Amino acid sequence: MNQPPLHVLLADDDDDDRMIFKDALEEVRVKTRLTLVKDGIQLMDYLLQDDCDYPGIVFLDLNMPRKGGIECLREIRSDKRFNNISLAIYSTSASDGDIEDTFIKGANVYIRKPNDFASLVKILEDVITINWQYHNSDLNRENFVLSI
Amino acid sequence: MVTVCKIVIQEQLDKLGIPYELNTLGEVEFQDPISIARREEINVMLGKYGIELLDDQKIIFVQRIKDTIIELINLDEKVSSAKFSDYLAQRLNYSYGHISKLFSDVTYTSIENFIILQKIERAKLLILNQSLTLTEVAWKLNYSSVQHLSNQFKKTTGITPTAFQRIIKMRRLQPGQNS
Repeated sequence: MNQPPLHVLLADDDDDDRMIFKDALEEVRVKTRLTLVKDGIQLMDYLLQDDCDYPGIVFLDLNMPRKGGIECLREIRSDKRFNNISLAIYSTSASDGDIEDTFIKGANVYIRKPNDFASLVKILEDVITINWQYHNSDLNRENFVLSI
Repeated sequence: MVTVCKIVIQEQLDKLGIPYELNTLGEVEFQDPISIARREEINVMLGKYGIELLDDQKIIFVQRIKDTIIELINLDEKVSSAKFSDYLAQRLNYSYGHISKLFSDVTYTSIENFIILQKIERAKLLILNQSLTLTEVAWKLNYSSVQHLSNQFKKTTGITPTAFQRIIKMRRLQPGQNS
């Protein structure tokens, strides 16, 4: 199948988490390519480059130094250029209220970081295939909300 | 919609002077092999109308499977999920086994999952746009009960239909939202 790989971007300040994410993503059946950044400043610098190669989906850690996930979420969702980017919050568990709040601010997916590798692979697989459906099946991305 | 598509395709292909035939399924068959440069021209022309050229037979077939499923979900008469397999096999003229294998090869998801996802998407639209109650939506989409719809909604999206409705409503009130 000659479909181009999905461009995935992860913003996370934890070295281990980035490495585990990278390994898990490689196990996912959908072809992907990954860009890694360490915090919100790096993320926004990346997205705001003139010739930015926009990712199809951004995984965003909430607690990062310099600029956190919520701030990035707000900046990304108030800029029309990023309309086609799906946003997945990738964080340690939070209350239902906190999760709902990120959805209201425009997140599409909320992932509670799992403790084991196999669960992470499964979660990424689910998120990426559903995201793929939204991009390829004329679904309204505004209604894309997934808590996993 | 389909008719509009056909007319656009006919006009544009005529303009390019490419000999073709359009069959009743709306599939275009080129009479001569198409060069890469020619293909690019067609893509640019049709791209303006949001029509893409798919070059892989499998992808085209999967698109037909999807269209048939979506059509079936949007039908006003209710069809139970068990009947989907018969209906697809009959409409597409292949065994359900073949259809289902091809579908998961290309989309990395099963037809069953795709149907659930589409039904939940339709439920979302009905909840948001037509202010139907959950009971009415469940009935319209042929769920055996509101509970069944609620459970499938929660299982598919991770949130309840009520939370979904609240989220989208609040989201639309957010300042600077671009959606």
